[in-house]
Amino acid sequence: MEKFIKHTGTGVPLRRSNVDTDQIIPAVYLKRVTRSGFEDGLFSAWRNDPEFVLNRDEYKNGTVLVAGPEFGTGSSREHAVWALQNYGFKVVISSRFADIFRGNSLKGGLLTVILPQEDVEAIWQAIEAAPTMSITVDLETRTVSYNAVTLTFELDDYTRWRLMEGLDDIGLTLKHIESIDTFEATRPSYKPTTLPIRI
Amino acid sequence: MGKTLAEKIWDAHIVRQAAGEPDLLYIDLQLVHEVTSAQAFDGLRLAGRKVRRPDLTIATEDHNTPTLDILKPIADPVSKLQIDTLRNNAKEFGIRIHSLGDADQGVVHVVGPQLGITQPGMTIVCGDSHTSTHGAFGAIAFGIGTSEVEHVLATQTLPSSRPKTMAINVEGHLKPGVTAKDIILAIIAQIGTGGGQGYIIEYRGSAIRELSMEGRMTVCNMSIEAGARAGLIAPDQKTFDYIKGKPHAPEDFAAAQSYWETLFTDSDAKFDLEITLDGNTLEPFVTWGTNPGQGLPLNSSVPNPADIKDSEARGAAERALEYMGLTAGTPLKKIAIDTVFLGSCTNGRIEDLRAAASVIEGKKIAPKVRMLVVPGSERVRQQAMKEGLDKVFLDFGAEWRNAGCSMCLGMNPDQLAVGERSASTSNRNFEGRQGKGGRTHLVSPLVAAATAIRGTLSSPADL
Repeated sequence: MEKFIKHTGTGVPLRRSNVDTDQIIPAVYLKRVTRSGFEDGLFSAWRNDPEFVLNRDEYKNGTVLVAGPEFGTGSSREHAVWALQNYGFKVVISSRFADIFRGNSLKGGLLTVILPQEDVEAIWQAIEAAPTMSITVDLETRTVSYNAVTLTFELDDYTRWRLMEGLDDIGLTLKHIESIDTFEATRPSYKPTTLPIRI
Repeated sequence: MGKTLAEKIWDAHIVRQAAGEPDLLYIDLQLVHEVTSAQAFDGLRLAGRKVRRPDLTIATEDHNTPTLDILKPIADPVSKLQIDTLRNNAKEFGIRIHSLGDADQGVVHVVGPQLGITQPGMTIVCGDSHTSTHGAFGAIAFGIGTSEVEHVLATQTLPSSRPKTMAINVEGHLKPGVTAKDIILAIIAQIGTGGGQGYIIEYRGSAIRELSMEGRMTVCNMSIEAGARAGLIAPDQKTFDYIKGKPHAPEDFAAAQSYWETLFTDSDAKFDLEITLDGNTLEPFVTWGTNPGQGLPLNSSVPNPADIKDSEARGAAERALEYMGLTAGTPLKKIAIDTVFLGSCTNGRIEDLRAAASVIEGKKIAPKVRMLVVPGSERVRQQAMKEGLDKVFLDFGAEWRNAGCSMCLGMNPDQLAVGERSASTSNRNFEGRQGKGGRTHLVSPLVAAATAIRGTLSSPADL
């Protein structure tokens, strides 16, 4: 996973709440067996509308998506994270994220930042007033800054460390393989197994 | 202080705990399907890793599979590639798979319970958000992304932060015609699509205890629509009876049951949040909008966004009415439906088919309405045919299909056309969920059946 330390880019104001994963990427786009190429499906239904933010010239190069509350509700498809990343987004800011989406994003290196809705509203207004405005998201200091404004956000130390080091979870877990072996040895025999097959 | 049920199960699965780190949880079972697994197996191959416990893993094909002509090659080459990829991965990594045409193929969350592999006290994951279904057996079951699928395949564990606990007490007794689906739709309307965020919900109270295992699965299934990490119900005699006799029921049933009997929330345990609903006053419930929290009793009218105080919710309601093509003030029962979908991991089990069949038996489908009946699994389909339900549906004018996710998410050819309106027993009414431009009203199997007869949203009481 690529390290995330600090990112500076322009914003895209998505003034919608409950942006579910079927909007981020509809099921018909989930058939690829790779992790790339999902940008075509990103917000595909909404991209038919020429006025949709991603279709507007001033937001074409945005890398910081600023969305309404309950972003990423619905399906567990990690394709939603890949679609955003494949398109070029590095950060999503919202006042509330659905749990599975947030977990997926932080595993995959797409930084999801939680800010109060009034701050999200202020960022929306600032972007709309000046679409080329730079937004900096700094994981070292856990801050979002734009114009003269600096906002701090929370992220647990462990996740922050993992993102800043670009570490993948499997490698970290395998360091504790003995704990897994020990635990496994104590599992009761009545716990079910899928093999051998019983009909 | 005592523990809640969720805390008991969680604590029993902690492999490793360290300050400032998520708990490392042991996973008792991983269910696998074609859509969210290919990249995980690829990751294993790239790193030269194996599946640690193929015997705690099971795969089936469901999201992509056609429900017609299932023995012919799959027409869509991209769908075919995804399914072939799963079959090859299962073979390479030694994982049990139930493919199209196999007696145990079906929606992953119907297959686990019917095999008896879903049992109380387990931790169960799947790259599918409706994994919460298995919580009906008193298990912690939750959906994960593909990176986590790979993690569980490689290590049989998952680093996971400890969730908060919520109790939802549904007291009293449901009136005839009111079902598990109505309970969960009413809960989501009350707490919202984010109301459960960060929580494992335990459903409690007399109305929950009185539900069948199928009904409990319906309730737990839609925990994710309330934003919850998982939903569960303490196991009881109904749970034990359901598992007994299933192919993978424990050989030492007594030993298992004596453990299962310890799986309840202690009387002195404390939940982080408690909510109570009156089961006596619940009515058949339907959604009118484009998120599952936008629901109302069937006897009400389409809401007027102007009456909604919160500006965010008002904007969402305005957009939803526009997308759904609805006018504020229209009685919900006047809304005409084009398609009725009976199926999915929410309501595709035998009891759901029986309930719908009991309403339509001897009647004819409304003119211009199409009805798709898609059993949750091949076993459910076989059972229904044994009971003659297929004939009831066919005589009524419905289509009797093969098992799969089908129109719940419109990944296979079963989709709504632009502007087409459905009454659907599935779980999500998102924009375009059942096909681009399609409009979805979530309903119970009883409401689905009555709607197919009348052509407008209806309950059996309207017949």
